[in-house]
Amino acid sequence: MKVVVDLNRCQAYAQCLYAAPGHFALHGKEALVYDPSPDEAARGEIERAVHACPVRAITAYSDDTTAGEAA
Amino acid sequence: MTTAPERIVVVGASLAGLTAAQHLRARGYAGALTLVGDEPHRPYDRPPLSKQVLRGLFSADTTLPHPPDLGVEFRLGQPATRLDLSERAVELGDGSRLPYDRLLIATGTRARPWPDPEEAALAGVFTLRGRDDAQRLGARLQARPDRVVLVGGGFIGFEVASTCRDLDIPVTLLVRDAVPLAAALGPRLGGLIGDVAREKGVDLRLESEIERMEARDGHLVAVTLKDGTRIESDCLVAAIGTLRNVEWLAGSGLEADAGGLRCDAFCRALHEDGGVAEGVFAAGDVARWPNPHDDDALVAVEHWGNARAQGETAAANMLAGDASAMRRHDHLPDFWSQQFGLTIKLVGLAEGADSFAVMHGSLEERCLLAAYGRDGRTIAAASIDSARWLPAYKAAIRERAPFPPIADAVDQPRLRVQEP
Ligand SMILES: Cc1cc2nc3c(=O)[nH]c(=O)nc-3n(C[C@H](O)[C@H](O)[C@H](O)COP(=O)(O)OP(=O)(O)OC[C@H]3O[C@@H](n4cnc5c(N)ncnc54)[C@H](O)[C@@H]3O)c2cc1C
Ligand code: SF4
Repeated sequence: MKVVVDLNRCQAYAQCLYAAPGHFALHGKEALVYDPSPDEAARGEIERAVHACPVRAITAYSDDTTAGEAA
Repeated sequence: MTTAPERIVVVGASLAGLTAAQHLRARGYAGALTLVGDEPHRPYDRPPLSKQVLRGLFSADTTLPHPPDLGVEFRLGQPATRLDLSERAVELGDGSRLPYDRLLIATGTRARPWPDPEEAALAGVFTLRGRDDAQRLGARLQARPDRVVLVGGGFIGFEVASTCRDLDIPVTLLVRDAVPLAAALGPRLGGLIGDVAREKGVDLRLESEIERMEARDGHLVAVTLKDGTRIESDCLVAAIGTLRNVEWLAGSGLEADAGGLRCDAFCRALHEDGGVAEGVFAAGDVARWPNPHDDDALVAVEHWGNARAQGETAAANMLAGDASAMRRHDHLPDFWSQQFGLTIKLVGLAEGADSFAVMHGSLEERCLLAAYGRDGRTIAAASIDSARWLPAYKAAIRERAPFPPIADAVDQPRLRVQEP
């Protein structure tokens, strides 16, 4: 999967840490770090994190497997 | 009313371009959509590059997520080389031509190269803008250089310095100005970040510049500063700002220069004569636009939040038909940075502020919200590890409320207005 967090919005509420502990972490009081490319197997946890975030800062989608990488 | 578009081309396959593509589809655009990017990668996120990616935390793959049914044709590893406004076509490096009826220019910026080309080419001299840069520099840091020399007193320089300290690598940070980060945050908060960096073991040298580099067999071994100090190092990162990717627009008739591609309030690109270039829009780091929060002063905002917001506005306006249905790009600039365990956030533009007040917390605690004023009006607010207070100040900045803004009537008399 691919994940991005809008860190302008994020207010370090830490709900995502509880929902998907292996994929989100706080370094210091509010510096959120996260896994931008979690395994598909983590989908359940990541989706829980997306929904748990009170400011809707997390976006996640499955990997794009369509062709078109090269020119 | 212009006809509805059927062929949309986006040049620049990164944050602004991908955001625009998503919003075009979300608004029901069903026609052809091509994203041209000179990098070989799918659009990816840059902010993690100077932070967790360099440090080796989690995955280095920061490809941006997008809905599965985006329906975009990617033309990657392929620069746009020329824009023909009269024929409404973009020429690519391989000689092919892409006709468009709407075009979005989102070619962003690149790292300003080290000014001396011979020194820039030395092994051990790095810049950081893209994934490949982060991969190269990250590999070098994992091999634990004896000392990293960082040049540049901006956010990326400080973030990389912070990452080096996290990895317990000695680092010297050379800043040309007397106070770091002063343009963005003002001297008080900039000075505070400088203090924090020193406490974390950064050898921070203000008003310092490199006189020359020393090399052995094409590899950097030392630098000599203007004051004669010699520092041994085989790893230097030049974080000395950016250049806008506008060269490919030369001769097109668009008003584009080192300051960016000029556009109007609706993200429409402008001709050199000031007229609107029909069907051509701009978004993200490359765009230079009238900022309604600063009396329409032209600004290019090189922040993540602006690339997203402007990509969205441009997409809406590309489908709007005529100007009466278009909306203004009235994004309030915002920004975050993570370094030395602190999160710094800024809303508005603090440059040019003449007054400053700590509204919550204190400089000593390193946990605070500060407001910036100019001519008696509130123009910006910054937080350090106090992001939850920030949204409350957005309205005051949008309205340019009197400075200091009302925070808490009880506390108000205790506010001390100082110089920024
Ligand atoms: C290391 C780093 C850390 C950052 N950290 C933060 C942060 O913490 N907070 C924050 O707010 N912002 C941060 N930013 C800034 C943020 O990433 C940018 O504002 C954002 O990437 C801008 O997006 P963009 O799409 O406008 O431009 P870009 O991301 O620059 O993308 C432009 C794309 O167009 C391509 N291109 C250029 N010319 C051509 C051409 N002729 N033909 C085809 N393609 C072309 C480029 O190669 C690039 O892929 C950071 C940036 C970097 C580099
Ligand atoms: S739940 Fe949302 S606001 Fe909280 S830390 Fe995670 S991303 Fe940030």
